[in-house]
Amino acid sequence: MKYVDEFRDPQLIANVAREIARLAGAGRHYRIMEVCGGHTHAIYRHGLKNLLPPNVELIHGPGCPVCVLPMGRVDDGLAIAEQRDVIMAAFGDMMRVPGTRGTPLEHKARGVDIRMVYSPLDALRIAQATPEKHVVFFAIGFETTAPSTALTLARARALGVTNFSVFCNHVTIVPAIRAILDSPDMRLDAFVGPGHVSTVTGCRPYEFIARDYGKPVVISGFEPLDILESILMILRQLRAGEARVENQYRRIVPWEGNLPALRAIGEAFELRPYFEWRGLGFISQSALKVSSAFAAWDAEVQFEVPGVRVTDPKAAQCGEVLKGVLKPPQCKLFGKECNPEHPIGALMVSSEGACAAYYRYAYLSESVPA
Amino acid sequence: METVERVAPRVRFNDPQIEMAHGAGGKASRRLVEGLFVPLLANPILETLSDSALCDFKGSRIATTADGYVVKPLRFPGGSIGELAVNGTVNDLAVAGAPRPLGLMASFILEAGLPGATLRAEVEAMASAAARAGVNIVGGDTKVVEHGFADGMYVATFGFGEVDARANLGPDRVREGDRVLLSGPIGDHGITILLARGELDLEADLASDTRSVAPFVEGLLDAAAEGLHWMRDPTRGGVATALNELAAATELGITVFEEAIPLRDEVRGACEILGLDPLHIANEGQILAVVAADAADAALAALRSVPGGERAVCIGEVRSKPARAVLAVTTYGGSRIIDMLVGDPLPRIC
Repeated sequence: MKYVDEFRDPQLIANVAREIARLAGAGRHYRIMEVCGGHTHAIYRHGLKNLLPPNVELIHGPGCPVCVLPMGRVDDGLAIAEQRDVIMAAFGDMMRVPGTRGTPLEHKARGVDIRMVYSPLDALRIAQATPEKHVVFFAIGFETTAPSTALTLARARALGVTNFSVFCNHVTIVPAIRAILDSPDMRLDAFVGPGHVSTVTGCRPYEFIARDYGKPVVISGFEPLDILESILMILRQLRAGEARVENQYRRIVPWEGNLPALRAIGEAFELRPYFEWRGLGFISQSALKVSSAFAAWDAEVQFEVPGVRVTDPKAAQCGEVLKGVLKPPQCKLFGKECNPEHPIGALMVSSEGACAAYYRYAYLSESVPA
Repeated sequence: METVERVAPRVRFNDPQIEMAHGAGGKASRRLVEGLFVPLLANPILETLSDSALCDFKGSRIATTADGYVVKPLRFPGGSIGELAVNGTVNDLAVAGAPRPLGLMASFILEAGLPGATLRAEVEAMASAAARAGVNIVGGDTKVVEHGFADGMYVATFGFGEVDARANLGPDRVREGDRVLLSGPIGDHGITILLARGELDLEADLASDTRSVAPFVEGLLDAAAEGLHWMRDPTRGGVATALNELAAATELGITVFEEAIPLRDEVRGACEILGLDPLHIANEGQILAVVAADAADAALAALRSVPGGERAVCIGEVRSKPARAVLAVTTYGGSRIIDMLVGDPLPRIC
């Protein structure tokens, strides 16, 4: 299959892995954070850890949209879903994220009308097909998914669909990276930059990481060869004492980003002064709300939202894992109370969450001698 | 790095309510069966947890199986609920070593308002599937529920057959070094149904693989006889779940050569887009067989000589380690453990 097979070529992969091992040498330890949950998933899915020398360590970052959503927001969304004549539409990733009174899937099994959709436009279509109900789209995601929500809002307005609104939980990646860089626990050498987010934002927003913090950033694709080449590019910078933003994913990511998508985001959303991230706490200007021009389609305007803040379960150490301070199995609950079937923290829910990826692909491998 | 010994857990069912995942064939289904049904209905035949219940009756080995069909939509490219019901029941008997079923029964739960023509079409589909499999549908039952309380129609089936004298099958016969054979490309049925629901705005030229696997079983019995150790039709939960169940039952490990697994481009593409693992996707016309290494070539040739089995291939082998787990290896040196399906296959968003 084109665009897949050539990036899984065994000979090329072996060559890049050998070059990584040569450059990494011995002695120095390299700590590289892959920001994006898609990369975390791919790294485990393809068993790439086996191909890296032991002194090149990958730290899993905060780039999984459901993982950083605080429990209080899940409760708020479910409170809207439980109101009369409401249909809640959400991406599949959201369905197993626990709120304080259970997951959306458990609410659905109890009769709350929650439907899984693949696109916000599907939610709008449900609204058009059921004019007697109000359809709320539970929007999550970084800049990757924000444009599709923005365009859906624009279409709802253009079509005059009034029984549709968006419960907006879109977040932006750069403030989260900055929060991690400013964290006193931070001991990172470089970043594998997000691939999908960058198709929208372009590469410029990461320049401060190289300029102000002296850390290399390489925007990467998601196939085994993409990720290994990005690690190689990072090692070359580190060995040369350089810190630049480089774009490995040039076949998809334009340096300047996707201007129509950015414009759509600018029209439909405005920055929230601050927003809570699970495990990371409140981060200023890190999330989007539906703009006042679209207030009629803003679920937080149209519905009473409890807005209760829920503290994360005490024993779960999601924050430390999100910041890369702890590895998933170092959390006290990992694999015991918290597992993919009964997640306590959201990192265990999404296939892109560090804990779920680790549990599914690595933990089991490490717990049995190969 | 902490390591934890993987031990065979005793399964308990404490779930507060039934959810869709309990019917998806993965971990929750296993918990329901092994944590609720088996302990409460305890008996030695049930406890074998095989596709068919086997019991000795007056010198014969009899296989019986029951199955329920609730597929939505009722008709889909390549088949329909009626055809699926017959083939699925025949297949459960076939992989238990009874490829020539003696009879089937069918129970219909119909929703008021179901068009008569729809029911007629499904019964006709059942008749022709039964004719192809050489079996009669010898009895059944009909119930009707109010409009809105069923998706048109559900079918529950029962089937029985005599186990072929040459069949000596079970996880206890599986040995280190045995080969794992697969009859053809996986995921066709599950992806076809997903797309046929029309909720995804994805289209592909794909059809369900629903068919009787009895010809494969006959071929394997002829070619491998004593060398044939275990069979399964990987339906709900896919190849991953079937092999995990085998690994758990044998306490051995199954190593799968990931790139050897046949997959249509349409299925692979849909899985890449939707973030699904084809190993978790349901099949309705494929068979997994574990055979002794020295019988593998003959068994593979037998599978390939059956129409529809041209792409049969050896996808892996039984090893002592990792015990009780399924390990996928790639040609570039990556490896990962393949777990059973957790929950319904949910797509990821980015």
